[in-house]
Amino acid sequence: MTARDLIPIAVLAVLAALLPLVVTSSTVLNFLVFTLIVSLGAQGWNILGGFGGQFSFGHAAFFGTGAYVTAILQLRYGVNAWAGLALATAAGALVGWVIGFLSFRSGLRGSYFALVTLAFAEVFRILANAASFTGGAAGLLIKLDVRPANLQFDDRAVFYWLVLAFVTATLLLTRWIQRSRFGAQLVAVRENEDAAKALGVDSLKVKLRAIALSGAVTALSGCLYAQYFLYIDANIAYGSWISVELLLAPIIGGVGTVFGPVVGALTLHGLGEVAKQFAGRIPGIDLIVFGGVLVLAVAFARGGILGLLERLRDRGRGMVTRGTKEVSHAGR
Amino acid sequence: MLAVDGVSKRFGGLMAVDSATLSLEPGGIVGLIGPNGAGKTTLFSMISGFIAPTDGRIRFEGTDITSEEPHRRAERGIGRTFQIVQPFAGLTVCENIAVGAYLRHAKRADATAKAREVARRVGLGAELDRPAGGLTVAGRKRLELARALATEPKLLLLDEVLAGLNPSEIRDIIPVIRGIRDEGVTILMIEHVMQAVMNLCERVYVLAQGRMIAEGRPAAVCADARVIEAYLGHGAAARLKAEGAAHG
Repeated sequence: MTARDLIPIAVLAVLAALLPLVVTSSTVLNFLVFTLIVSLGAQGWNILGGFGGQFSFGHAAFFGTGAYVTAILQLRYGVNAWAGLALATAAGALVGWVIGFLSFRSGLRGSYFALVTLAFAEVFRILANAASFTGGAAGLLIKLDVRPANLQFDDRAVFYWLVLAFVTATLLLTRWIQRSRFGAQLVAVRENEDAAKALGVDSLKVKLRAIALSGAVTALSGCLYAQYFLYIDANIAYGSWISVELLLAPIIGGVGTVFGPVVGALTLHGLGEVAKQFAGRIPGIDLIVFGGVLVLAVAFARGGILGLLERLRDRGRGMVTRGTKEVSHAGR
Repeated sequence: MLAVDGVSKRFGGLMAVDSATLSLEPGGIVGLIGPNGAGKTTLFSMISGFIAPTDGRIRFEGTDITSEEPHRRAERGIGRTFQIVQPFAGLTVCENIAVGAYLRHAKRADATAKAREVARRVGLGAELDRPAGGLTVAGRKRLELARALATEPKLLLLDEVLAGLNPSEIRDIIPVIRGIRDEGVTILMIEHVMQAVMNLCERVYVLAQGRMIAEGRPAAVCADARVIEAYLGHGAAARLKAEGAAHG
Protein backbone atom coordinates (compact mmCIF):
# COMPACT_ATOMS: atom_id res chain seq x y z
CA MET A 1 0.00 0.00 0.00
CA THR A 2 1.22 3.47 -0.85
CA ALA A 3 0.66 6.78 0.93
CA ARG A 4 -2.00 7.64 -1.64
CA ASP A 5 -3.96 4.59 -0.56
CA LEU A 6 -3.82 5.47 3.11
CA ILE A 7 -4.22 9.24 3.22
CA PRO A 8 -7.97 9.40 2.45
CA ILE A 9 -8.66 6.85 5.18
CA ALA A 10 -6.50 8.70 7.68
CA VAL A 11 -8.08 12.08 6.89
CA LEU A 12 -11.62 10.76 7.22
CA ALA A 13 -10.79 8.94 10.47
CA VAL A 14 -9.30 12.07 12.03
CA LEU A 15 -12.23 14.24 10.94
CA ALA A 16 -14.74 11.71 12.26
CA ALA A 17 -12.81 11.46 15.52
CA LEU A 18 -13.05 15.21 16.05
CA LEU A 19 -16.85 15.14 15.68
CA PRO A 20 -17.76 14.46 19.36
CA LEU A 21 -15.79 17.57 20.34
CA VAL A 22 -18.22 19.65 18.28
CA VAL A 23 -21.41 17.66 18.64
CA THR A 24 -22.39 16.82 22.20
CA SER A 25 -26.06 15.95 21.66
CA SER A 26 -26.52 12.39 22.89
CA THR A 27 -29.20 11.78 20.23
CA VAL A 28 -26.72 12.57 17.49
CA LEU A 29 -23.98 10.47 19.10
CA ASN A 30 -26.45 7.61 19.50
CA PHE A 31 -27.28 7.86 15.83
CA LEU A 32 -23.59 7.93 14.87
CA VAL A 33 -22.68 4.94 17.02
CA PHE A 34 -25.54 2.87 15.63
CA THR A 35 -24.76 3.90 12.05
CA LEU A 36 -21.09 3.04 12.49
CA ILE A 37 -21.99 -0.37 13.92
CA VAL A 38 -24.10 -1.01 10.82
CA SER A 39 -21.24 0.31 8.65
CA LEU A 40 -18.83 -2.15 10.25
CA GLY A 41 -21.17 -5.08 9.62
CA ALA A 42 -21.70 -3.86 6.06
CA GLN A 43 -17.93 -3.69 5.55
CA GLY A 44 -17.88 -7.35 6.54
CA TRP A 45 -20.57 -8.13 3.98
CA ASN A 46 -18.67 -6.16 1.34
CA ILE A 47 -15.55 -8.35 1.66
CA LEU A 48 -17.51 -11.42 0.61
CA GLY A 49 -20.28 -9.86 -1.46
CA GLY A 50 -18.50 -6.88 -2.96
CA PHE A 51 -15.04 -8.23 -3.66
CA GLY A 52 -15.93 -11.92 -3.85
CA GLY A 53 -19.27 -11.54 -5.64
CA GLN A 54 -20.90 -14.03 -3.26
CA PHE A 55 -24.11 -12.25 -2.25
CA SER A 56 -25.20 -13.30 1.20
CA PHE A 57 -28.78 -12.68 2.35
CA GLY A 58 -28.03 -13.97 5.80
CA HIS A 59 -25.24 -11.97 7.34
CA ALA A 60 -27.41 -11.88 10.46
CA ALA A 61 -25.90 -15.32 11.07
CA PHE A 62 -22.57 -13.61 11.83
CA PHE A 63 -23.97 -10.47 13.44
CA GLY A 64 -26.06 -12.56 15.83
CA THR A 65 -23.23 -14.97 16.56
CA GLY A 66 -21.01 -12.06 17.57
CA ALA A 67 -23.71 -10.63 19.81
CA TYR A 68 -24.67 -13.92 21.44
CA VAL A 69 -21.13 -15.20 21.94
CA THR A 70 -20.00 -12.14 23.89
CA ALA A 71 -23.26 -11.95 25.88
CA ILE A 72 -23.23 -15.63 26.82
CA LEU A 73 -19.54 -15.64 27.69
CA GLN A 74 -20.01 -12.69 30.03
CA LEU A 75 -23.26 -13.84 31.61
CA ARG A 76 -22.73 -17.57 31.93
CA TYR A 77 -18.95 -17.85 32.23
CA GLY A 78 -17.92 -14.50 33.67
CA VAL A 79 -15.52 -13.86 30.81
CA ASN A 80 -14.17 -10.34 30.51
CA ALA A 81 -15.97 -8.22 27.89
CA TRP A 82 -12.79 -7.47 25.92
CA ALA A 83 -11.93 -11.15 25.76
CA GLY A 84 -15.55 -11.74 24.80
CA LEU A 85 -15.07 -9.29 21.92
CA ALA A 86 -12.05 -11.20 20.63
CA LEU A 87 -13.76 -14.58 21.01
CA ALA A 88 -16.95 -13.30 19.35
CA THR A 89 -14.90 -12.16 16.37
CA ALA A 90 -13.17 -15.53 16.18
CA ALA A 91 -16.55 -17.28 16.42
CA GLY A 92 -17.77 -15.22 13.46
CA ALA A 93 -14.79 -16.35 11.42
CA LEU A 94 -15.44 -19.97 12.37
CA VAL A 95 -19.16 -19.83 11.55
CA GLY A 96 -18.26 -18.16 8.25
CA TRP A 97 -15.76 -20.84 7.41
CA VAL A 98 -18.23 -23.64 8.21
CA ILE A 99 -21.08 -22.10 6.18
CA GLY A 100 -18.61 -21.43 3.36
CA PHE A 101 -17.19 -24.93 3.48
CA LEU A 102 -20.65 -26.49 3.29
CA SER A 103 -21.96 -24.27 0.51
CA PHE A 104 -18.89 -23.52 -1.65
CA ARG A 105 -17.68 -27.10 -1.63
CA SER A 106 -21.00 -28.15 -3.10
CA GLY A 107 -20.51 -25.48 -5.75
CA LEU A 108 -23.38 -23.21 -4.68
CA ARG A 109 -23.31 -19.84 -6.40
CA GLY A 110 -25.50 -16.82 -7.00
CA SER A 111 -29.07 -17.09 -5.79
CA TYR A 112 -28.51 -20.59 -4.39
CA PHE A 113 -25.76 -19.34 -2.12
CA ALA A 114 -27.93 -16.37 -1.11
CA LEU A 115 -30.81 -18.69 -0.16
CA VAL A 116 -28.56 -21.00 1.85
CA THR A 117 -27.15 -18.10 3.88
CA LEU A 118 -30.68 -16.86 4.49
CA ALA A 119 -31.62 -20.35 5.70
CA PHE A 120 -28.66 -20.48 8.10
CA ALA A 121 -29.60 -17.12 9.61
CA GLU A 122 -33.20 -18.19 10.05
CA VAL A 123 -32.23 -21.51 11.65
CA PHE A 124 -29.96 -19.67 14.08
CA ARG A 125 -32.76 -17.23 14.87
CA ILE A 126 -35.24 -20.01 15.61
CA LEU A 127 -32.72 -21.95 17.71
CA ALA A 128 -31.70 -18.87 19.69
CA ASN A 129 -35.36 -18.09 20.26
CA ALA A 130 -36.09 -21.59 21.57
CA ALA A 131 -33.04 -22.59 23.61
CA SER A 132 -32.86 -21.62 27.29
CA PHE A 133 -29.07 -21.38 26.93
CA THR A 134 -29.52 -18.27 24.79
CA GLY A 135 -32.19 -16.80 27.02
CA GLY A 136 -34.99 -17.94 24.72
CA ALA A 137 -37.55 -15.40 23.65
CA ALA A 138 -36.77 -13.21 26.68
CA GLY A 139 -33.32 -12.49 25.29
CA LEU A 140 -30.17 -11.67 27.22
CA LEU A 141 -29.43 -8.64 29.31
CA ILE A 142 -25.76 -7.80 29.81
CA LYS A 143 -25.28 -6.50 33.35
CA LEU A 144 -24.89 -2.76 33.55
CA ASP A 145 -21.53 -2.14 35.17
CA VAL A 146 -19.98 0.98 33.72
CA ARG A 147 -16.23 0.40 33.70
CA PRO A 148 -13.82 0.55 30.77
CA ALA A 149 -12.66 -2.96 31.73
CA ASN A 150 -16.22 -4.10 31.02
CA LEU A 151 -16.33 -2.30 27.68
CA GLN A 152 -18.95 0.07 29.09
CA PHE A 153 -18.31 3.79 29.21
CA ASP A 154 -20.25 6.60 30.88
CA ASP A 155 -19.42 8.87 27.96
CA ARG A 156 -21.00 7.91 24.65
CA ALA A 157 -18.14 9.59 22.80
CA VAL A 158 -15.69 6.95 24.03
CA PHE A 159 -17.81 4.16 22.58
CA TYR A 160 -18.09 6.19 19.39
CA TRP A 161 -14.28 6.40 19.18
CA LEU A 162 -14.00 2.67 19.81
CA VAL A 163 -16.40 1.78 17.01
CA LEU A 164 -14.73 4.35 14.76
CA ALA A 165 -11.37 2.70 15.43
CA PHE A 166 -12.76 -0.66 14.30
CA VAL A 167 -14.36 0.90 11.22
CA THR A 168 -11.03 2.55 10.35
CA ALA A 169 -9.14 -0.69 10.89
CA THR A 170 -11.57 -2.43 8.54
CA LEU A 171 -11.16 0.34 5.96
CA LEU A 172 -7.42 -0.38 6.10
CA LEU A 173 -8.04 -4.12 5.90
CA THR A 174 -10.26 -3.61 2.86
CA ARG A 175 -7.68 -1.37 1.22
CA TRP A 176 -5.06 -4.03 1.85
CA ILE A 177 -7.33 -6.66 0.27
CA GLN A 178 -7.80 -4.40 -2.74
CA ARG A 179 -4.02 -4.12 -3.20
CA SER A 180 -3.02 -7.70 -2.41
CA ARG A 181 -2.74 -10.97 -4.26
CA PHE A 182 -5.62 -12.33 -2.18
CA GLY A 183 -7.83 -9.45 -3.32
CA ALA A 184 -6.88 -9.84 -6.98
CA GLN A 185 -7.70 -13.52 -6.82
CA LEU A 186 -10.97 -12.84 -4.99
CA VAL A 187 -12.07 -10.32 -7.64
CA ALA A 188 -11.01 -12.76 -10.37
CA VAL A 189 -13.25 -15.42 -8.83
CA ARG A 190 -16.11 -12.89 -8.78
CA GLU A 191 -15.62 -11.97 -12.43
CA ASN A 192 -15.10 -15.46 -13.83
CA GLU A 193 -14.44 -18.46 -11.66
CA ASP A 194 -13.32 -20.86 -14.41
CA ALA A 195 -10.87 -18.37 -15.87
CA ALA A 196 -9.48 -17.78 -12.38
CA LYS A 197 -8.97 -21.51 -11.83
CA ALA A 198 -7.12 -21.82 -15.13
CA LEU A 199 -4.74 -19.13 -13.88
CA GLY A 200 -3.92 -21.15 -10.80
CA VAL A 201 -6.38 -19.57 -8.36
CA ASP A 202 -7.60 -22.01 -5.71
CA SER A 203 -11.12 -20.63 -5.81
CA LEU A 204 -12.41 -22.66 -2.86
CA LYS A 205 -9.59 -21.50 -0.60
CA VAL A 206 -9.99 -17.88 -1.69
CA LYS A 207 -13.73 -17.92 -1.05
CA LEU A 208 -13.29 -19.59 2.33
CA ARG A 209 -10.77 -16.95 3.40
CA ALA A 210 -13.18 -14.25 2.26
CA ILE A 211 -16.19 -15.63 4.10
CA ALA A 212 -14.15 -16.18 7.29
CA LEU A 213 -12.89 -12.58 7.20
CA SER A 214 -16.36 -11.35 6.35
CA GLY A 215 -17.90 -13.34 9.21
CA ALA A 216 -15.29 -12.05 11.66
CA VAL A 217 -15.88 -8.38 10.84
CA THR A 218 -19.67 -8.72 10.92
CA ALA A 219 -19.53 -10.68 14.20
CA LEU A 220 -17.43 -7.87 15.65
CA SER A 221 -20.16 -5.41 14.73
CA GLY A 222 -22.77 -7.66 16.36
CA CYS A 223 -20.65 -7.84 19.48
CA LEU A 224 -20.37 -4.05 19.62
CA TYR A 225 -24.13 -3.78 19.18
CA ALA A 226 -24.72 -6.05 22.17
CA GLN A 227 -22.15 -4.15 24.18
CA TYR A 228 -23.69 -0.77 23.38
CA PHE A 229 -27.37 -1.56 23.91
CA LEU A 230 -26.69 -4.24 26.56
CA TYR A 231 -29.68 -6.24 25.41
CA ILE A 232 -30.24 -8.74 22.59
CA ASP A 233 -32.87 -11.26 21.62
CA ALA A 234 -33.15 -13.61 18.67
CA ASN A 235 -35.15 -11.22 16.51
CA ILE A 236 -32.63 -8.44 16.99
CA ALA A 237 -29.42 -10.45 16.72
CA TYR A 238 -30.43 -12.97 14.07
CA GLY A 239 -33.31 -10.97 12.55
CA SER A 240 -33.57 -10.47 8.82
CA TRP A 241 -33.57 -6.68 9.37
CA ILE A 242 -29.82 -6.77 9.91
CA SER A 243 -29.17 -9.07 6.93
CA VAL A 244 -31.00 -6.56 4.76
CA GLU A 245 -29.23 -3.53 6.24
CA LEU A 246 -25.82 -5.11 5.79
CA LEU A 247 -26.35 -5.76 2.10
CA LEU A 248 -28.27 -2.55 1.37
CA ALA A 249 -25.51 -0.27 2.66
CA PRO A 250 -22.77 -1.51 0.29
CA ILE A 251 -25.15 -1.69 -2.66
CA ILE A 252 -26.25 1.91 -2.10
CA GLY A 253 -22.76 3.16 -1.32
CA GLY A 254 -20.76 1.26 -3.91
CA VAL A 255 -20.36 -2.49 -3.91
CA GLY A 256 -16.77 -3.76 -3.93
CA THR A 257 -15.29 -0.39 -2.99
CA VAL A 258 -13.43 0.52 0.20
CA PHE A 259 -15.71 3.35 1.35
CA GLY A 260 -18.98 2.09 -0.17
CA PRO A 261 -20.43 0.40 2.91
CA VAL A 262 -19.73 3.40 5.16
CA VAL A 263 -21.11 5.90 2.63
CA GLY A 264 -24.17 3.69 2.11
CA ALA A 265 -24.89 3.23 5.81
CA LEU A 266 -24.54 6.96 6.51
CA THR A 267 -26.78 7.85 3.56
CA LEU A 268 -29.47 5.34 4.43
CA HIS A 269 -29.60 6.12 8.11
CA GLY A 270 -29.21 9.84 7.53
CA LEU A 271 -32.20 9.87 5.19
CA GLY A 272 -34.08 7.54 7.52
CA GLU A 273 -33.58 9.94 10.45
CA VAL A 274 -34.63 12.95 8.38
CA ALA A 275 -37.77 11.09 7.31
CA LYS A 276 -38.53 10.24 10.94
CA GLN A 277 -38.16 13.91 11.90
CA PHE A 278 -40.70 14.97 9.31
CA ALA A 279 -43.11 12.06 9.47
CA GLY A 280 -42.28 10.40 12.76
CA ARG A 281 -45.87 9.40 13.37
CA ILE A 282 -45.91 7.03 10.41
CA PRO A 283 -44.31 3.82 11.66
CA GLY A 284 -41.72 2.30 9.32
CA ILE A 285 -41.22 5.51 7.34
CA ASP A 286 -37.44 4.98 7.39
CA LEU A 287 -37.89 1.56 5.79
CA ILE A 288 -39.93 3.13 3.01
CA VAL A 289 -37.06 5.57 2.47
CA PHE A 290 -34.59 2.64 2.36
CA GLY A 291 -36.71 1.00 -0.32
CA GLY A 292 -36.95 4.20 -2.33
CA VAL A 293 -33.20 4.78 -2.18
CA LEU A 294 -32.56 1.19 -3.25
CA VAL A 295 -34.84 1.58 -6.27
CA LEU A 296 -33.08 4.82 -7.23
CA ALA A 297 -29.65 3.25 -6.81
CA VAL A 298 -30.50 0.21 -8.91
CA ALA A 299 -32.13 2.32 -11.61
CA PHE A 300 -29.65 5.19 -11.87
CA ALA A 301 -26.45 4.31 -10.04
CA ARG A 302 -25.44 0.72 -10.64
CA GLY A 303 -22.06 1.29 -8.99
CA GLY A 304 -23.73 2.92 -5.98
CA ILE A 305 -23.14 6.47 -4.85
CA LEU A 306 -19.35 6.17 -5.29
CA GLY A 307 -19.79 4.74 -8.78
CA LEU A 308 -22.11 7.61 -9.66
CA LEU A 309 -19.63 10.20 -8.36
CA GLU A 310 -16.83 8.59 -10.35
CA ARG A 311 -18.91 8.71 -13.52
CA LEU A 312 -19.84 12.35 -12.95
CA ARG A 313 -16.17 13.20 -12.37
CA ASP A 314 -15.16 11.42 -15.56
CA ARG A 315 -17.83 13.25 -17.49
CA GLY A 316 -16.69 16.51 -15.91
CA ARG A 317 -13.21 15.88 -17.27
CA GLY A 318 -14.72 15.32 -20.70
CA MET A 319 -13.53 11.77 -20.89
CA VAL A 320 -15.31 9.38 -23.20
CA THR A 321 -15.07 6.39 -20.90
CA ARG A 322 -18.79 6.31 -20.23
CA GLY A 323 -19.47 3.52 -22.69
CA THR A 324 -16.68 1.31 -21.43
CA LYS A 325 -17.63 1.92 -17.82
CA GLU A 326 -21.12 0.69 -18.51
CA VAL A 327 -19.77 -2.42 -20.14
CA SER A 328 -17.66 -3.07 -17.08
CA HIS A 329 -20.63 -2.73 -14.78
CA ALA A 330 -22.74 -4.99 -16.94
CA GLY A 331 -20.03 -7.60 -16.53
CA ARG A 332 -20.46 -7.74 -12.76
CA MET B 1 6.38 -34.10 -20.82
CA LEU B 2 2.67 -34.71 -21.32
CA ALA B 3 1.27 -38.21 -21.76
CA VAL B 4 -2.43 -38.69 -22.39
CA ASP B 5 -3.08 -42.40 -22.21
CA GLY B 6 -6.33 -43.93 -23.49
CA VAL B 7 -8.47 -41.09 -22.15
CA SER B 8 -12.23 -41.23 -22.69
CA LYS B 9 -15.11 -39.01 -21.81
CA ARG B 10 -18.71 -40.05 -21.99
CA PHE B 11 -21.56 -37.54 -21.72
CA GLY B 12 -24.59 -39.74 -21.19
CA GLY B 13 -24.94 -41.74 -24.40
CA LEU B 14 -22.37 -39.68 -26.29
CA MET B 15 -18.76 -40.76 -26.40
CA ALA B 16 -17.15 -37.31 -26.77
CA VAL B 17 -13.61 -38.62 -26.55
CA ASP B 18 -12.91 -42.30 -27.10
CA SER B 19 -9.60 -43.61 -25.69
CA ALA B 20 -7.47 -40.84 -27.13
CA THR B 21 -3.72 -41.14 -26.74
CA LEU B 22 -1.28 -38.30 -27.22
CA SER B 23 2.23 -37.55 -26.07
CA LEU B 24 4.32 -34.41 -26.16
CA GLU B 25 8.06 -33.97 -25.90
CA PRO B 26 9.39 -30.73 -24.41
CA GLY B 27 9.73 -27.88 -26.90
CA GLY B 28 7.95 -27.33 -30.16
CA ILE B 29 4.42 -26.70 -31.28
CA VAL B 30 2.00 -29.55 -31.78
CA GLY B 31 -1.40 -29.10 -33.40
CA LEU B 32 -4.67 -30.80 -32.58
CA ILE B 33 -7.06 -30.62 -35.49
CA GLY B 34 -10.30 -32.25 -36.46
CA PRO B 35 -13.79 -31.47 -37.71
CA ASN B 36 -16.28 -29.60 -35.51
CA GLY B 37 -17.55 -31.70 -32.63
CA ALA B 38 -14.60 -34.07 -32.76
CA GLY B 39 -13.93 -33.64 -29.03
CA LYS B 40 -10.87 -31.40 -29.18
CA THR B 41 -12.03 -28.93 -26.56
CA THR B 42 -13.25 -31.75 -24.33
CA LEU B 43 -9.78 -33.30 -24.53
CA PHE B 44 -8.26 -29.91 -23.62
CA SER B 45 -10.60 -29.58 -20.67
CA MET B 46 -9.49 -32.97 -19.41
CA ILE B 47 -5.80 -32.08 -19.76
CA SER B 48 -6.33 -28.81 -17.88
CA GLY B 49 -8.55 -30.43 -15.24
CA PHE B 50 -11.94 -28.84 -15.86
CA ILE B 51 -13.54 -32.14 -16.88
CA ALA B 52 -12.75 -35.47 -15.24
CA PRO B 53 -12.17 -38.29 -17.73
CA THR B 54 -14.43 -41.34 -17.60
CA ASP B 55 -11.43 -43.52 -18.31
CA GLY B 56 -7.67 -43.32 -18.93
CA ARG B 57 -4.72 -41.54 -17.32
CA ILE B 58 -3.00 -38.19 -17.85
CA ARG B 59 0.61 -37.69 -16.78
CA PHE B 60 2.58 -34.46 -16.72
CA GLU B 61 6.35 -34.65 -16.30
CA GLY B 62 6.00 -38.19 -15.00
CA THR B 63 3.35 -37.40 -12.35
CA ASP B 64 -0.18 -38.72 -12.62
CA ILE B 65 -2.43 -35.63 -12.62
CA THR B 66 -5.65 -37.31 -13.77
CA SER B 67 -7.66 -36.23 -10.73
CA GLU B 68 -5.93 -32.98 -9.86
CA GLU B 69 -7.76 -29.66 -9.58
CA PRO B 70 -7.24 -27.12 -12.40
CA HIS B 71 -5.38 -24.66 -10.16
CA ARG B 72 -2.90 -27.35 -9.09
CA ARG B 73 -2.17 -28.09 -12.75
CA ALA B 74 -1.62 -24.39 -13.38
CA GLU B 75 0.90 -24.42 -10.53
CA ARG B 76 2.65 -27.36 -12.17
CA GLY B 77 2.96 -25.32 -15.33
CA ILE B 78 -0.03 -26.13 -17.53
CA GLY B 79 -1.53 -22.93 -18.91
CA ARG B 80 -4.65 -22.77 -21.07
CA THR B 81 -6.74 -20.31 -23.03
CA PHE B 82 -10.45 -20.60 -23.59
CA GLN B 83 -12.02 -20.94 -27.02
CA ILE B 84 -14.85 -18.68 -25.85
CA VAL B 85 -12.83 -15.85 -24.33
CA GLN B 86 -13.35 -15.39 -20.60
CA PRO B 87 -12.03 -11.94 -19.67
CA PHE B 88 -12.53 -10.51 -16.18
CA ALA B 89 -14.71 -7.87 -17.81
CA GLY B 90 -14.79 -5.45 -14.88
CA LEU B 91 -11.00 -5.27 -14.59
CA THR B 92 -8.45 -3.47 -16.72
CA VAL B 93 -6.20 -5.34 -19.11
CA CYS B 94 -3.29 -4.98 -16.71
CA GLU B 95 -5.31 -6.30 -13.75
CA ASN B 96 -6.50 -9.23 -15.87
CA ILE B 97 -2.97 -10.30 -16.70
CA ALA B 98 -1.76 -9.65 -13.15
CA VAL B 99 -4.14 -12.35 -11.86
CA GLY B 100 -2.08 -14.82 -13.87
CA ALA B 101 1.21 -13.23 -12.79
CA TYR B 102 0.25 -13.52 -9.11
CA LEU B 103 0.64 -17.29 -9.43
CA ARG B 104 4.43 -16.95 -9.30
CA HIS B 105 4.80 -13.43 -7.86
CA ALA B 106 3.23 -12.76 -4.47
CA LYS B 107 4.03 -9.02 -4.43
CA ARG B 108 1.79 -6.58 -6.24
CA ALA B 109 4.68 -4.63 -7.74
CA ASP B 110 6.29 -7.79 -9.14
CA ALA B 111 3.01 -9.13 -10.51
CA THR B 112 2.20 -5.80 -12.15
CA ALA B 113 5.67 -5.56 -13.69
CA LYS B 114 5.32 -9.08 -15.04
CA ALA B 115 1.86 -8.25 -16.41
CA ARG B 116 3.20 -5.18 -18.23
CA GLU B 117 6.04 -7.14 -19.72
CA VAL B 118 3.70 -9.90 -20.98
CA ALA B 119 1.24 -7.33 -22.32
CA ARG B 120 3.98 -5.72 -24.40
CA ARG B 121 5.01 -9.10 -25.76
CA VAL B 122 1.56 -9.95 -27.08
CA GLY B 123 0.95 -6.43 -28.36
CA LEU B 124 -1.37 -5.13 -25.64
CA GLY B 125 1.13 -2.60 -24.31
CA ALA B 126 -1.02 0.36 -25.33
CA GLU B 127 -4.22 -1.01 -23.79
CA LEU B 128 -3.00 -1.69 -20.26
CA ASP B 129 -5.44 0.61 -18.48
CA ARG B 130 -8.50 -0.10 -20.63
CA PRO B 131 -11.33 -2.19 -19.20
CA ALA B 132 -11.06 -5.70 -20.62
CA GLY B 133 -14.76 -5.62 -21.50
CA GLY B 134 -14.05 -2.88 -24.05
CA LEU B 135 -11.46 -4.78 -26.10
CA THR B 136 -12.03 -5.92 -29.68
CA VAL B 137 -12.23 -9.64 -30.49
CA ALA B 138 -8.57 -9.65 -31.50
CA GLY B 139 -7.69 -7.81 -28.30
CA ARG B 140 -9.57 -10.34 -26.18
CA LYS B 141 -7.77 -13.22 -27.89
CA ARG B 142 -4.45 -11.56 -27.10
CA LEU B 143 -5.61 -11.05 -23.53
CA GLU B 144 -6.39 -14.78 -23.20
CA LEU B 145 -2.89 -15.51 -24.43
CA ALA B 146 -1.31 -12.90 -22.15
CA ARG B 147 -3.04 -14.14 -19.00
CA ALA B 148 -2.01 -17.73 -19.65
CA LEU B 149 1.56 -16.62 -20.40
CA ALA B 150 1.73 -14.61 -17.20
CA THR B 151 1.45 -17.85 -15.22
CA GLU B 152 4.83 -18.77 -16.76
CA PRO B 153 3.68 -22.15 -18.06
CA LYS B 154 5.86 -24.99 -19.29
CA LEU B 155 3.02 -26.30 -21.41
CA LEU B 156 0.56 -23.95 -23.06
CA LEU B 157 -2.78 -25.20 -24.36
CA LEU B 158 -4.16 -22.81 -26.97
CA ASP B 159 -7.81 -23.36 -27.87
CA GLU B 160 -8.46 -21.64 -31.21
CA VAL B 161 -6.66 -18.39 -30.43
CA LEU B 162 -6.85 -17.47 -34.12
CA ALA B 163 -10.57 -18.09 -34.61
CA GLY B 164 -12.51 -14.94 -35.40
CA LEU B 165 -9.44 -12.97 -36.43
CA ASN B 166 -8.96 -11.49 -39.89
CA PRO B 167 -5.97 -12.49 -42.04
CA SER B 168 -3.86 -9.50 -41.07
CA GLU B 169 -4.52 -10.05 -37.38
CA ILE B 170 -3.51 -13.71 -37.85
CA ARG B 171 -0.31 -12.60 -39.54
CA ASP B 172 0.43 -10.38 -36.54
CA ILE B 173 -0.10 -13.02 -33.91
CA ILE B 174 1.74 -15.94 -35.51
CA PRO B 175 5.19 -14.49 -34.73
CA VAL B 176 4.06 -14.00 -31.13
CA ILE B 177 3.23 -17.69 -30.81
CA ARG B 178 6.49 -18.65 -32.43
CA GLY B 179 8.31 -16.35 -30.01
CA ILE B 180 6.71 -18.14 -27.06
CA ARG B 181 7.90 -21.47 -28.46
CA ASP B 182 11.43 -20.11 -28.91
CA GLU B 183 11.56 -19.31 -25.20
CA GLY B 184 11.14 -22.99 -24.44
CA VAL B 185 7.39 -23.23 -23.81
CA THR B 186 5.81 -26.35 -25.26
CA ILE B 187 2.60 -25.55 -27.11
CA LEU B 188 -0.38 -27.73 -27.93
CA MET B 189 -2.86 -25.86 -30.08
CA ILE B 190 -6.34 -26.56 -31.36
CA GLU B 191 -6.68 -24.72 -34.62
CA HIS B 192 -8.97 -24.55 -37.61
CA VAL B 193 -6.91 -22.02 -39.55
CA MET B 194 -4.92 -24.50 -41.65
CA GLN B 195 -2.51 -21.87 -42.95
CA ALA B 196 -1.41 -21.33 -39.35
CA VAL B 197 -1.23 -25.04 -38.58
CA MET B 198 1.00 -25.63 -41.61
CA ASN B 199 3.07 -22.64 -40.66
CA LEU B 200 3.56 -23.30 -36.97
CA CYS B 201 3.19 -26.96 -36.10
CA GLU B 202 5.92 -29.52 -36.35
CA ARG B 203 3.46 -32.30 -35.69
CA VAL B 204 -0.32 -32.61 -35.64
CA TYR B 205 -2.82 -34.99 -34.12
CA VAL B 206 -6.16 -35.48 -35.83
CA LEU B 207 -9.22 -36.19 -33.75
CA ALA B 208 -12.48 -37.23 -35.42
CA GLN B 209 -15.64 -38.34 -33.62
CA GLY B 210 -13.65 -38.69 -30.42
CA ARG B 211 -10.98 -40.95 -31.89
CA MET B 212 -7.40 -40.12 -32.68
CA ILE B 213 -7.22 -41.07 -36.35
CA ALA B 214 -3.85 -39.78 -37.48
CA GLU B 215 -0.63 -38.25 -36.27
CA GLY B 216 2.44 -36.89 -38.03
CA ARG B 217 3.88 -34.00 -40.00
CA PRO B 218 1.19 -31.55 -41.14
CA ALA B 219 1.75 -32.11 -44.88
CA ALA B 220 1.66 -35.89 -44.51
CA VAL B 221 -1.43 -35.81 -42.31
CA CYS B 222 -3.31 -33.62 -44.76
CA ALA B 223 -2.69 -36.15 -47.51
CA ASP B 224 -3.87 -39.02 -45.30
CA ALA B 225 -6.99 -40.63 -46.76
CA ARG B 226 -8.61 -41.10 -43.31
CA VAL B 227 -8.17 -37.40 -42.50
CA ILE B 228 -9.67 -36.26 -45.81
CA GLU B 229 -12.63 -38.56 -45.26
CA ALA B 230 -13.13 -37.31 -41.73
CA TYR B 231 -13.45 -33.76 -43.01
CA LEU B 232 -15.17 -34.33 -46.38
CA GLY B 233 -17.12 -37.54 -45.89
CA HIS B 234 -16.87 -41.19 -46.85
CA GLY B 235 -15.34 -41.81 -50.24
CA ALA B 236 -13.99 -38.29 -50.60
CA ALA B 237 -10.37 -39.40 -50.62
CA ALA B 238 -10.90 -41.81 -53.53
CA ARG B 239 -12.89 -39.20 -55.43
CA LEU B 240 -10.21 -36.56 -54.98
CA LYS B 241 -7.57 -39.02 -56.11
CA ALA B 242 -9.58 -39.94 -59.19
CA GLU B 243 -10.15 -36.27 -60.02
CA GLY B 244 -6.48 -35.56 -59.48
CA ALA B 245 -5.55 -38.38 -61.85
CA ALA B 246 -8.07 -37.17 -64.48
CA HIS B 247 -6.65 -33.64 -64.40
CA GLY B 248 -3.08 -34.86 -64.22
